[in-house]
Amino acid sequence: MKRLLIGSTMVAALCAGTVSANESVIRDTANPNQWSIQTGDYANTRYSELKEINRHNVKRLAPAWTFSTGVLRGHEGSPLVIGDIMYVHTPFPNIVYALDLNNDGAIIWKYEPKQDPDVIPVMCCDTVNRGVAHANGMIFLHQADTTIVALDAKSGEVKWTAVNGDPTKGETNTATVLPVKDKIIVGISGGEFGVQGSVTAYNMETGEREWRAYSVGTDEEILVDPEKTTHLGKPVGKDSSINTWEGDQWKIGGGTTWGWYSYDPELDLFYYGTGNPSTWNPAQRPGDNRWTMTIMARDPDDGMAKWFYQMTPHDEWDYDGINEMILTDQKIDGEERKLLTHFDRNGLGYTLDRDTGELLVAEKYDPVVNWTTGVDMDPDSETYGRPTVVAEYSTEQNGEDVNSTGICPAALGTKDQQPAAYSPKTELFYVPTNHVCMDYEPFRVSYTAGQPYVGATLAMYPAPDSHGGMGNFIAWDNIKGEIVWSLPEKFSVWSGALATAGDVVFYGTLEGHLKAVDAKTGEELYKFKTPSGIIGNVMTYKHNGKQYVGILSGIGGWAGIGLAAGLTNPNDGLGAVGGYAALSNYTALGGQLTVFALPD
Amino acid sequence: MTTITRLACRLGLVIPFVLSTASFADEKKAEDEAPDNIAVSYEEDGKYFTEDDIPTYNISDDGAVDWYTFSGFRRYHSECHVCHGPDGEGSSYAPALKNSALDMDYYDFVDVVVNGRKHVDASANSVMPSFGTNKNVMCYLDDIYVYLKGRGTEEVARGRPAKKEKKSAMYKEAENACMDG
Repeated sequence: MKRLLIGSTMVAALCAGTVSANESVIRDTANPNQWSIQTGDYANTRYSELKEINRHNVKRLAPAWTFSTGVLRGHEGSPLVIGDIMYVHTPFPNIVYALDLNNDGAIIWKYEPKQDPDVIPVMCCDTVNRGVAHANGMIFLHQADTTIVALDAKSGEVKWTAVNGDPTKGETNTATVLPVKDKIIVGISGGEFGVQGSVTAYNMETGEREWRAYSVGTDEEILVDPEKTTHLGKPVGKDSSINTWEGDQWKIGGGTTWGWYSYDPELDLFYYGTGNPSTWNPAQRPGDNRWTMTIMARDPDDGMAKWFYQMTPHDEWDYDGINEMILTDQKIDGEERKLLTHFDRNGLGYTLDRDTGELLVAEKYDPVVNWTTGVDMDPDSETYGRPTVVAEYSTEQNGEDVNSTGICPAALGTKDQQPAAYSPKTELFYVPTNHVCMDYEPFRVSYTAGQPYVGATLAMYPAPDSHGGMGNFIAWDNIKGEIVWSLPEKFSVWSGALATAGDVVFYGTLEGHLKAVDAKTGEELYKFKTPSGIIGNVMTYKHNGKQYVGILSGIGGWAGIGLAAGLTNPNDGLGAVGGYAALSNYTALGGQLTVFALPD
Repeated sequence: MTTITRLACRLGLVIPFVLSTASFADEKKAEDEAPDNIAVSYEEDGKYFTEDDIPTYNISDDGAVDWYTFSGFRRYHSECHVCHGPDGEGSSYAPALKNSALDMDYYDFVDVVVNGRKHVDASANSVMPSFGTNKNVMCYLDDIYVYLKGRGTEEVARGRPAKKEKKSAMYKEAENACMDG
């Protein structure tokens, strides 16, 4: 299916008779020997056709070489491999290394930007960075301070820089960029600082800004056509965003865009999700708070929105909608469909038609999810597409200064940004998840530019009456909306998965294990303890005829903050069994790359 | 600056001399003579102080924490815990403030929260921001401080305090004046 998609796109590109800049990305991602963008391919499947390492021989896997990044903080994202060069990035200060795979990983060039350290504390939850992207012979880095840098892939020379935001107002960046056509599309962080979220396109060759689409704002700001842009099949109408806010709250209304981006070359649409409305105290922002918590489909040429789907209207739990949108072509009831699958922080796994935005499936991908009884799937209903909120767990209905207890999932979501993988061979999604619940008490806060703007107190703990662990690694059927198998984990699984044609699925754990499991059954086939906890994403490549698997270790990120000292359920009383499973008893800081291969 | 002035007024601060001339040789002696930074000496409208007029926590015989400590729990988990981890326990990113509240002098603690501090070199990039203009922190600085001291001695357990004293009329008045001012 993937080949078909690529084939027809190549034809389309040839017919157009022009050299479009995304051709390099399409060519590079079609070559399984390389890993040229963070998501593996435009469809965000994180699937590799390589199969030298397979479910029969993966038990013999062993470390082949390692590399210390020299940085201690949380290491998210993954290295890239283009040709004979590997590109490794780090958290703040956002160093990029080019390593020579023909010369034992020797450093060809190193780029270290100078950034004001004042950006560090403005980054909520560690100074992570989810990696660089490659297109047109350039490496694109989006720094913590929102500076975007284009580097010559061969020499490391700076080709251009652009500045996307203002850290003194809380605007920062943790995400990778999407190179598409002749543009670089970038997002922004700062939902806990009252930032008005946006995506922005820069010219790939010059760094000039071409368009910006806000998540919340006037129709001109959010780039919609009130008559043509749809929500669940109906035009969004005039002032669709600001109509759903009271007063000027939308100007500090969040909806940041720090997750992953996917792109469909045939439909010529790119997809991403928007984050939480700001503040976390829902009483301070009456209304649906559109278009926060929304899946967006936009045209990369001008940013114009084709369709939206708001998953969590008027968020009451900080369930950011930024997780990846995975694009697949699959049959439903015998009919070939262009699908988009998304595992939201709110605990629901969504399957949509990515052409029209039609909602097909919305089911819980962790059975403990309790804030909703489910989504209204009746197109004729007034509440079509809305989740039914359970009053007991509604921090809005319980009100300010009331502690709502036992809400599942916790604010970090049933899944955070750590991306899932999809294998077209099994038609299953492999999803790293959190199994954590929370108490949530909202209260009034005041806004100061550049200062945290949170407005709720949270206590998190392992899901009660379950296996006691804080995570699961699951296989998901996106057509039936069902879990196929589920592996309990002691800690949240905060590592992006990789699926391969060798019928092996890889992921990392917070204790630091790289694990390989059988794609069909979930049976554990291999594990190796790397030097630090893993919040990075597994990647694979082939060099000199041999398949390698690479993973960044380096504990940190929100997982390192929330779980370092362990969690316990305050409602269990003293001496609760299984409480305080402290991550700090298993791992310590330190960034390094470990590359695995089958021994000769 | 107005916030800090107001804070100082609210606390009725009298800045005492801090003697720090003790050498290693007489460290033990200095420790013996160090003022008790924990024990409650007196109470004013639900706020507890040591004999040196430093805010401190109080736990009554039935296990109820004073309102400031409870409020500190709430504000800590809104403003501080995204870097410093739950319950003042520290994280992979930032130090355990339950220890800082014991190790640091009250005035130094306030100074770091108001002005921030940096430790950036080849091996570290720790930056505490300045919260001097942030009312959500400044109006509750003593609350957060006494909560963390209670966490440091472990007299205040992890998690949400189960029992608490009522919010006093004076507290309400001061809170409104600070947040609206």
